[in-house]
Amino acid sequence: MSDKSHDPNQMTGAAMIVRALIDHGVTDIFGYPGGAVLPIYDEIFQQSEVQHILVRHEQGAGHAAEGYARSTGKPGVALVTSGPGATNMVTPLTDALMDSIPLVCISGQVPTHLIGNDAFQECDTVGITRPCTKHNWLVRDVNDLAKVLHEAFYVATTGRPGPVLVDVPKDVQFATGTYHPPRKSDVHRSYAPRVKGDATQIRKAVSLLANAKRPVIYSGGGVINSGPEATKLLRELVEVTGFPITSTLMGLGAYPASGKNWLGMLGMHGTYEANMTMHDCDVMLCVGARFDDRITGRVDAFSPGSKKIHIDIDPSSINKNIRVDVPIIGDCGNILGDILQVFKAEAKKPDIKAWWQQIAQWRARNSLYYKKSNDIILPQHAIQSLFEATRGRDTYITTEVGQHQMWAAQFFGFEEPHRWMTSGGLGTMGYGLPAAVGVQVAHPDSLVIDIAGDASVQMTMQEMSTAVQYELPIKIFILNNQYMGMVRQWQQLLHGNRLSHSYSEALPDFVKLAEAYGGVGIQVHKPSDLDGAIQEMISVKRPVLFDCRVAALENCFPMIPSGKAHNEMLLPEQANDEATAKAFAGGKALV
Amino acid sequence: MNQPASAYFIEERHDPNETHTLSVLVQNEPGVLARVIGLFSGRGYNIESLTVSETEAQKHLSRITIVTTGTPMVIEQIKHQLDRMIPVYRVVDMTQTKRSIERELAMVKVRGQGEHRVEALRLADAFRARVIDATTESFVFEITGNTDKINQFIDLMRPLGLVEVSRTGVAAIGRGPEGM
Repeated sequence: MSDKSHDPNQMTGAAMIVRALIDHGVTDIFGYPGGAVLPIYDEIFQQSEVQHILVRHEQGAGHAAEGYARSTGKPGVALVTSGPGATNMVTPLTDALMDSIPLVCISGQVPTHLIGNDAFQECDTVGITRPCTKHNWLVRDVNDLAKVLHEAFYVATTGRPGPVLVDVPKDVQFATGTYHPPRKSDVHRSYAPRVKGDATQIRKAVSLLANAKRPVIYSGGGVINSGPEATKLLRELVEVTGFPITSTLMGLGAYPASGKNWLGMLGMHGTYEANMTMHDCDVMLCVGARFDDRITGRVDAFSPGSKKIHIDIDPSSINKNIRVDVPIIGDCGNILGDILQVFKAEAKKPDIKAWWQQIAQWRARNSLYYKKSNDIILPQHAIQSLFEATRGRDTYITTEVGQHQMWAAQFFGFEEPHRWMTSGGLGTMGYGLPAAVGVQVAHPDSLVIDIAGDASVQMTMQEMSTAVQYELPIKIFILNNQYMGMVRQWQQLLHGNRLSHSYSEALPDFVKLAEAYGGVGIQVHKPSDLDGAIQEMISVKRPVLFDCRVAALENCFPMIPSGKAHNEMLLPEQANDEATAKAFAGGKALV
Repeated sequence: MNQPASAYFIEERHDPNETHTLSVLVQNEPGVLARVIGLFSGRGYNIESLTVSETEAQKHLSRITIVTTGTPMVIEQIKHQLDRMIPVYRVVDMTQTKRSIERELAMVKVRGQGEHRVEALRLADAFRARVIDATTESFVFEITGNTDKINQFIDLMRPLGLVEVSRTGVAAIGRGPEGM
C-alpha cells in the first residue's frame, strides 16, 4: 500500500466516484446523504470542483437532475443512499426512461458481505431499478468501478438517452483500487447505437416528400435530444420544403411557435389544425417521436391515407404502435442533414398551396378559443399573461402534470429548444418544482418558472426549502382551481360527473406557506391585478409561490373524445353539456 | 360494447399468433437473464420455453434460446426490445431463417408392471429413448428431439404410468457452416 501511495490513480472507491464526475465534466449534482454513501459525502466535502445541491427528498434530486439535463443537454447526476434513498429514485428514473433524459444515479448499497441478509436500509436496488433504467450495475470490486462509471455516462448520453444507475456497496467505497480516465474499451462491445441513416431509405423518403400534395412534419423530443444541430436542420427543412409542422408535447421549441409553418401541438389536447392536418395528410415525416397513444388517438383511424416516414434512433420505436412505410434508424440530426442534402440536390419545393388553404380553414376554427372574463381569471388567460410578461426574456418553463400542463403547452409559445421541461411519458405530478430547482442551478441568471397546479405542487413542495437554501429564485406559478383539474374533467366527461376525491380540500395558504419556507408568497384573484402581480413575481429575486386563483370549473379543450379519431375533435365552442355527453357516450377505453 | 371509461378506444387485434424461436447471444454477467425475463414479463410477452447456458467461457458469452408466441408485429417488437439491451450482442429469429435445427431433451419417469412396462419399453425403443434408470417397477427414459416428438412420446407414456417429466426447453442452431 505504501509503495503505491504516490500513484495518483490509486484511490478509494469514494474518491473514484468524485474523480469520474470531474472527468465527465459534471459541475453540479443533486443528492441526499445517508449511511451507505457517507464515504462519498466525505470526499465531496474535501473538494470544490463538484457542487452538491442538498434536496429534501430523493425524488426531488432525480427530477432536479432531469431538469438540469433537459435544459442543458448534459447528463444530470443524482446521488442517493441505499434502501429508501434508492426506492425514492424509482419515479424519476422511470420518468427519465419514458422521456429519454440522460440521468446518472449513483446509489449507496450495504457492504457486499451483508447483501442478501436483509441488512438495515438494504434493498435490491439493481433488481428494483432494472425495468426503469436503460442499464444498471452493481459494482462488487473497486477495480471495476472506474470502468463502470465511465460506461454509465456513455450509455446514458449516447443512442436514445436515458437513465442509468450504479449501485456501490459501502465497502467498495472504502476499498482502494486503481482509477483510470475514460477510454473507449470501457463500454460493452455489444452496445453500438446506430447514428447514420441508410442511404436508400433516405432517398425513398426524399422522393415521398418531393411528391407530396398534403405533407406534414411531426417532430418530437428526439430532435431536442439530438442537439442544437438537429433543431437547426429541422428549421431549415421546414424552410426549404415549405411544409406545415406540428410537434409532440416533448418536442415543443424545436420549431419556433412564432414560425409561419407552425400548427401548434398535436394529440389529445392539440390544436384542431394540427390534428386535422395529421389525419388528412398524404405524406407524414415523423422525426424523433414515437406515435404515443396520446398522439395517435384511435390507432386504426390514425392518418389513414398517408405514407409515413419515421426517423428514430431506437429501432424498437419503429412499427410499435403504427406501421410506417419508410423507417430510417439513426440520429435525427444526422438523418435530417442527409435528407436536406438530397432534397436540395434533386427536388424542388412542391406546390402545396391548396393544402395550406385547407389548413387555413381549419385554423379559422380557432380551436384554442376561450371566453375571457372581467370577474374571474381564466387559466388560459393566466398563461397568456405570463407568456406576454416573459416574452423576450431568458425564460425556462417547467410544469407539473394536468390541465395546467396542457394549457401551458397550448398557450405558452416556445421559440427555442431546451426551454420547456415537462413530464410527458410518465405524467409525474410533482415533477415541475424540483425540475425548476435543477434548471435554475444550471442557469442561475435566467427566469425559471414552474407552471403548476394546486394539487401537483403539493407532491414535492418540500423542495421550496432547497430553493431557499441555495438562493434559487424559482417562480412557482400555481393555477389554483382547488381541484385535481384533469381528474375532475375526466370524471365530468366519462364518469357521470361523480367527482370522487378530486376536490382539493384543506388547501394550505400558499402565501403563508411561501413565507414559512423563507420565500415570497403572492396571491391574485382579479383579472385586473394579474399583470401587476406577474411583474412583481418576476422582479423578486427570491423563490416565489404565486397563488393564481382561477375559474374552478374550466376544462381543457380541444380534446379528442373516446373512440374518436383526429378528425373528430371536440372543440371548446361545442363543449356544452349535451354535445359533450354525446361525444363521450359509447366508446370508452384505456387511460 | 362493454368497455371501461376512457378517452380512447380499446382496439382488439385479430392478427393470428405465430410461434418463433429466438437465439440471443449475450454477455454473461450478473443479472443478464433477469433482464431478459423481466422484459418479457414487463411488456406482456409470452415465454413458451427458455434455455440458457454459457457457451463461450473465455469471451463470457451465453446463449439464450427463447420460444415465444405473438402476432408478427409483437414478434418484431420482441426482437427489437431484446436487441437494444446493453449486454445483448445479437438476436436471430431462427424460425424466420427457416434453416435451423431445434432440439430438446426430456427425462420421463414411468411407473408400472407387467404388460404396461413392456409396452413402455417397446415405445421407448421406437422413439430412440434410452433407459437411464430402472427399478423393478419404474424406468426413467432420456429422449432427445424436437418439441413435437417429445410431446408425442409423453402422451403415449401417460396411460402406461407416467409419473413426471423434466425437460430442458428448446435449444436451436442454424444449419450450414456459418455461426450466428
